Amino acid sequence: MGLPMGAALAACGSSGPTQAGAGGGGGGTGGGGAGSATYWYLSTQPQEGVRTRTIERFNKANPNGKITGTTFQNDAFKTKIKTAIGAGQAPTLIWGWGGGTLRSYVQAGQVDDLTSFFDENTALKDRLFPSSFGAATIDGKIYAMPCETMQPIVLYYDKRAFEKIKAEPPQSWGDIMALVPKFNAAGIAPFSLGGQSRWTNMMWLEFLFDRMGGPEVFQAVFDGEKDAWSNPIAIDALTKMQDLIKADGFIKGFSSITADSNADQALLYTGKAAMMLHGGWTYGGMKQDGGDFVPGGNLGYMNFPPIDGGTGDPSNTVGNPGQYISISSKATPEQKEIAKKFFTTELMGDQAVKEWVETGAVPIVNGADKQFTGSPDADFLNFAYGIAANAKTFAQSWDQALSPTAAEVLLDNIAKLFQLSISPQQFTENMNAVIGK
Amino acid sequence: MSAVATSATASAKSGDDRGRGGSLSWMALPALVFFAGFAVIPLIGVLVLSFTSWDGLGDINFAGFDAWRAVLSDPGLPHALWVTFLVMAASWAVQTPASILLGVFLAGQQRYRAVLSVLYFIPLLLSSAAIAITYKALLDPNFGLGAGLKLPLLTQDWLGEPLLAFGVVIFVVSWQFIPFHSLIYQGGVRQIPRSMYEAAELDGAGRVRTFFSITLPQLKYTIITSSTLMVAGSLTFFDLIFVLTAGGPGDATRVLALDMYKRGFQANLMGPASAIAVILVFVGLALALFLRRLGGRDAGHSQLDGM
Repeated sequence: MGLPMGAALAACGSSGPTQAGAGGGGGGTGGGGAGSATYWYLSTQPQEGVRTRTIERFNKANPNGKITGTTFQNDAFKTKIKTAIGAGQAPTLIWGWGGGTLRSYVQAGQVDDLTSFFDENTALKDRLFPSSFGAATIDGKIYAMPCETMQPIVLYYDKRAFEKIKAEPPQSWGDIMALVPKFNAAGIAPFSLGGQSRWTNMMWLEFLFDRMGGPEVFQAVFDGEKDAWSNPIAIDALTKMQDLIKADGFIKGFSSITADSNADQALLYTGKAAMMLHGGWTYGGMKQDGGDFVPGGNLGYMNFPPIDGGTGDPSNTVGNPGQYISISSKATPEQKEIAKKFFTTELMGDQAVKEWVETGAVPIVNGADKQFTGSPDADFLNFAYGIAANAKTFAQSWDQALSPTAAEVLLDNIAKLFQLSISPQQFTENMNAVIGK
Repeated sequence: MSAVATSATASAKSGDDRGRGGSLSWMALPALVFFAGFAVIPLIGVLVLSFTSWDGLGDINFAGFDAWRAVLSDPGLPHALWVTFLVMAASWAVQTPASILLGVFLAGQQRYRAVLSVLYFIPLLLSSAAIAITYKALLDPNFGLGAGLKLPLLTQDWLGEPLLAFGVVIFVVSWQFIPFHSLIYQGGVRQIPRSMYEAAELDGAGRVRTFFSITLPQLKYTIITSSTLMVAGSLTFFDLIFVLTAGGPGDATRVLALDMYKRGFQANLMGPASAIAVILVFVGLALALFLRRLGGRDAGHSQLDGM
């Protein structure tokens, strides 16, 4: 299993001396500050670089209370952090996506309540997007500091493909269905999709549900209402989804493509597919790997179009409203102090904000748009910022919002729905069975 | 794995050192300690966990038969059992004939066969994850081998169609493990006394006839050993399938081991996952016992009577 050194150190330190007089503001108390806080985070570039430099700046300014970072790959991290927390070996700073997973940490008593910390540090709280606190709040209390960037799901398209068939980007679901045969006739797949990853398929359902019935439809599921999936709007949305699949709306072989390999992005920038519904983070990936595709102005982006007859607000969006860092309840008081100091200083400090913007993403800091001017990605950044600022609801991804148990059943059934091996009715029956679990 | 193989082949001719066994039993002690520490104790832990509810994070609560009831009433279980059985049967049916033929071929003393046997051995040196990632890239319908060479025959949705995906899993598993089993058969064939073949030749038997009348019957215990390894091994296939298809498309290739992992580590249901682990153990034990029975009561008996 081989836990990294940092975790072992954290465990050893738990019997250390309690430090007196640790005020909220936390000036460097000094003396006996031998402890160092541990922090695990994801190794994907360019994000890893920003995280690492942020820690380095903090350590330089605080030689007596440093943070030791360890990086992990995405999927390895998800399993490892869970195992470490379960074994009482969690790092001081627990990085994650908030929502259902955070709730499971809270229920196990593994993370600290930060409500009073934010009450004392109103300047910090006011600096961050209010919408980012939703996924950090469990039963009215804040258990994590929202940080880094917000990632709405957007509809990307290849302008060259639309020129080729002389069509305009879709303004409604009807347009989408009308575009499908045209692109197929031109030998271009209408939509790229990394279906094996399953959550990629889920983004489609999130938008269909929202555009047709507003956020209330999924909210009922989230709130554990009995048979919430049987809502006629849900059935209608699931049927529309399968209609698009049956009409060959997605690239051939989508169910064996993974998002981890970025093959779905490659399909878009190599001209094999015309459109792709994906997270804001893929902009940076396409810019890096797609050669002239992004700098040449061939990449178009828009919010998901409305659906004829739907009642959902077309300004709504879904995605990751932020990333989240909690403090392990098993950490020593010194470590917790270091963590809080990190929160109030470098984590979302000016330099960090600047570097996040350079990755082509919107940091969850009010007024971050002022940093966009002069950036080569200003158009996309302003677009993403606009979506977040104007969205009536910024819903969290379903699999992050739900408990891990329910999320697994959901992803499983979504894969089967996209495989056309179950009907919308069977989907709702299977999902109703795990509501509230 | 190889320990089982050698002990099984050794047992076929252990008749003469039976007398010395008693005083050397302490030599089994280190193995026994390891077995207890890394197999028996965790197994008891899993058995206990299967009667609890635990999300891997919080407290472990005793929950009686809840996990068992949940697992046994889930239609996913018979499906996973069925897929596991199919993988087992299909990979046995593909690997056994291929390994026997290759093993017999490689048993020859010619120099080029020695070179070939080294080449054939290569797949066994690669990790399952590396093999799976490579095949996944080669079989990609849009950027893979078929698309690259513009061969429509190869441009299938290999991992996206349930039947094709299942076939690919069997193919890759066989590709990886046929070398290992060929090696076992090579050893088995080389132990057959040459005098048998010489006698058959004098009687006028052809190559095919000697293969079916001498080689195959003489390989009986090698076949049982290799089959036991294949069958027990295919119960625990995880890494390869997880990377290749993640159990998909849908749940077309979700074997029992994958089902266990998904429940335990993705859905945070350690109770039901442990119940599946216990089922896996019992299925594996039953199969191993069954295969030993196939060998007959005289498993230690010599096949070389009259030589």
